[in-house]
Amino acid sequence: MKNQKRWGLFFFLSPVLLWLVLLIVLPQIDLLVMSFRLENDEGRMVWSLSNYLNFFEEPIYWLTFVRTAIYSILVTFLTFVIALPVAFYITKVVAPKFQGFLLVLLLLPFWVSELVRVYGWMILLRESGVINHFLTRAGILGQPVEMLYKDSTMILGLVYTSMLFMVVPMVSVLESLDNSLVEAAYDLGANMWTILFKIIIPHATPGIVSGSIVVFMLTLGNYLTPNLMGGKNSLWFTEQIYNQFIASFNWNQGSAFGFLLLILSSIIVWLGLKLTRQNLKKVVQ
Amino acid sequence: MIRTLPTSKTYNWAFNSYVILYFTFLFAPLLVTCVLAFNNSQFPSLPWQGFTVEWFTADLPSRVGIFHDQINLDSIWVSFRVAFFVTLLSMAAGTCAAFLFEQEDFRFKQLLYFLMLAPLVIPGVILGISILLLSNTLGTYFETSWNIDVELFRPGFWLVVLGQFSFIATLVTLVVSARLRKFDRTLEEAALNLGANRFEVIWHITLKFLRPAIIGAGAVAFLMSFENFNTTLFLVGYEATLPINLYLQVRDGSTPVINAISFLLIVGTSLVALANLYFSRKSE
Repeated sequence: MKNQKRWGLFFFLSPVLLWLVLLIVLPQIDLLVMSFRLENDEGRMVWSLSNYLNFFEEPIYWLTFVRTAIYSILVTFLTFVIALPVAFYITKVVAPKFQGFLLVLLLLPFWVSELVRVYGWMILLRESGVINHFLTRAGILGQPVEMLYKDSTMILGLVYTSMLFMVVPMVSVLESLDNSLVEAAYDLGANMWTILFKIIIPHATPGIVSGSIVVFMLTLGNYLTPNLMGGKNSLWFTEQIYNQFIASFNWNQGSAFGFLLLILSSIIVWLGLKLTRQNLKKVVQ
Repeated sequence: MIRTLPTSKTYNWAFNSYVILYFTFLFAPLLVTCVLAFNNSQFPSLPWQGFTVEWFTADLPSRVGIFHDQINLDSIWVSFRVAFFVTLLSMAAGTCAAFLFEQEDFRFKQLLYFLMLAPLVIPGVILGISILLLSNTLGTYFETSWNIDVELFRPGFWLVVLGQFSFIATLVTLVVSARLRKFDRTLEEAALNLGANRFEVIWHITLKFLRPAIIGAGAVAFLMSFENFNTTLFLVGYEATLPINLYLQVRDGSTPVINAISFLLIVGTSLVALANLYFSRKSE
């Protein structure tokens, strides 16, 4: 019996260890090590801080970094504001018989590849796009305007792409909200805003936190949407990483950028958890 | 406010129109993409020039439909193979991890659990470059020390599979663990009392119980792998997956063939998603 137990542990532990050590731990260590290495003038690899110094000395690098962080926070906030009424509507307002249908409708677009969704927005928004076609036809616009490749469209695309990861945890957390709490507050004379801020949002906090973490992380690490919808002006930090790796072939510089991005995402996730007094384990469940 | 409370007309009207607006926002890009796949025009834009299926079937010098477009067909096939192996691997590893974290006790369990969750907070781009770096380091090491050239360590098919597996396995683990937590362990004890050994119990009883969760997670894994872009971007070799291939085409200008592929993708993934939803509802 004891022997079987040991074998069971060994059987389950070894694939998991292989996965986590080889594909998560060692690669991250290698990333960290590479970021401190530099090829010197004689062509040998030496330890150096210069990859990180470069980052702070070149304004374009750290400005892009800050810009990416601020925009990611903005996108997370916008996603939250847009998603909350929808989640509330589906769980509490709409007639129960439509609930299942609306949920399916809500999930469906997100099964489709991100690329297809971004492509759809490109066809809609570009100068020869569908929206421009209708607006000029209707006489609202004299001639087509380019709506793509602006910060606002990039943010629209990022909000769209990550919407699902905010709505789903919110729906599941609002489902557990007891209606009688809202009714009691109403009977005691609370208005809509008081109910929203004193009952609904406090109750939904775990869902909001887990949704925000995922949305923030996905936005920060997104390459596709900023690149295609923001165009040359998108200045997203993942593009800097891509340029260092693929275009300049400076892997050490790229590793330093990658590590900085990793630290940024970890710090903000950690802060978010601390501020709301949650922990990661509870949030994923 | 909620169903049971009285609400004003304006409030209802505003709320309903908000939700309608939201769903329009959600579906507009997909709908437009699908519709323009059937437009008889050289560009994926309006005005409407008449209905055609040529962007699927044609094999003319001026337009090559998706069914004859060898590059795109190849990349679809690559994506299928990648997704197949990623699904298989992550179902196996995820189920092992679920058993490990739910039923076993060992030192450093908490630490390992947090490592398992780590892929959720590591951006996909970082996973991609870090795995690329490690494989390159290992490849160089093998070559200089033993003069062996290991194919696996170069960007290509298997590196893409491993890169996607590294985070998709976490999702499978979470789904299967959630189901395993609901398992009534007295059933196991009964089987053990009746003389079964641990592996027989797992094979005949626990895995049967977990099957819907494992299959459901597998379907999700397949779709996630099929559409992954951020991690794959850095690991891909000469065999481009469909999202990578589409990205290159969209970046350099687009033809309605991309709409045709998108249409097929939308229909295909919706069918898988609906089937998955239907079966998971049924099993509950």
